[in-house]
Amino acid sequence: MKHFIFTIFTLFALILACTEPDKRVLPILGERDLVNGDTVYRSVPDFSFVDQDSQIVTNASFKDKIYVVDFFFIHCPTICPKVKANGLRIYQKYKNDPRVALLSHSIDVKNDTVAALKRHAQKLGVGKPGWYLVTGDHDAIYGIADDYFSVAVENPDAPGGFDHSGRLILVDRNRHVRSFCDGTDAADVDRFMQDIDILLAEQFGTR
Amino acid sequence: MNSFKTSLSLALALSVSLWFSGGCGQNTFREGERLYKTHCANCHMDDGIGLSALIPPLAGSDYLNKHREQLPCILRYGLSDTIFVNGKMYAEKMPGVPTLSEIHITNLLNFINNSWGNRNGVYRLEEVRAALEKCQ
Ligand code: HEC
Repeated sequence: MKHFIFTIFTLFALILACTEPDKRVLPILGERDLVNGDTVYRSVPDFSFVDQDSQIVTNASFKDKIYVVDFFFIHCPTICPKVKANGLRIYQKYKNDPRVALLSHSIDVKNDTVAALKRHAQKLGVGKPGWYLVTGDHDAIYGIADDYFSVAVENPDAPGGFDHSGRLILVDRNRHVRSFCDGTDAADVDRFMQDIDILLAEQFGTR
Repeated sequence: MNSFKTSLSLALALSVSLWFSGGCGQNTFREGERLYKTHCANCHMDDGIGLSALIPPLAGSDYLNKHREQLPCILRYGLSDTIFVNGKMYAEKMPGVPTLSEIHITNLLNFINNSWGNRNGVYRLEEVRAALEKCQ
């Protein structure tokens, strides 16, 4: 009998937990410094890249937006198509929402020219302002990858390196990394898309 | 003892015929499924649907039946051509997997031709071997 009551209670608690609206608050990820007694979170540094339409993309392009970052290359035989397929789900959900954008960096700066990026975007069926595909200076791209991932990766020495991690990273309006997921894992991306909604509510208020 | 032997050979015959008729559904092509996950699913996706205009689908692809003899060569040596799959054009590049053996290729082809609703029949090893000899 005790067991029975316990089971009913647990079930009830579960149902409550599942119907309760998501009240999670996303943490600010990454290192923090103490400046004059205040905690200051490291933020995404200044960047300047070129997108599929030959236009310059900087932090200002994402002013008043939250955005999703990833790293890829066009002739990637491994995980990139899966990450792109999941990115496409995010794109389709938010493409009419000017508050959300995707920013994909090519790590193959030699082959993924602006023209190649344009063609790739068209074949994927995506475009701006929902999805920016950018290229740029080799060191700048790899440098910013380090900046995003040193925040999102618990263990930067993980085998495989960041360029093949397939991670999607969520950045808020204040240039802080707030969430990330494994872009090859559809279930993890589902959870990540809930995080996007939570961040939207936090930074813009509910619609 | 004799009846044990008969039932054993009966069971064997049954499983062999089931294997060839594809009567066990997906499970029949376990080895092919494993190879698919390792070598193909990254691009063609777990459910064979491909990706936009970049990667053609295998699920429901009319290309499979129309190019039955070429498929073994495509798996081993890749494909970079302008092709039509279900009326849609693709002009992309697929890398081959040169290390695939004849048996691997047979298992893979049987999996993709009999999964996700595809019912394109099975390949025999001899057929795959003969096709591979004719690859350019
Ligand atoms: C790097 C990505 C990639 C991988 C890995 C890959 N393919 Fe492909 N596949 C493609 C692309 C792109 C095409 C279209 C090529 C073209 O346009 O010439 C294609 C075409 C095909 C076609 C003919 C068109 C169709 O859709 O029916 C078949 C069959 C096929 N692939 C099977 C496989 C199998 C089996 C594997 C695993 C051994 C595999 N592919 C691995 C990208 C890939």
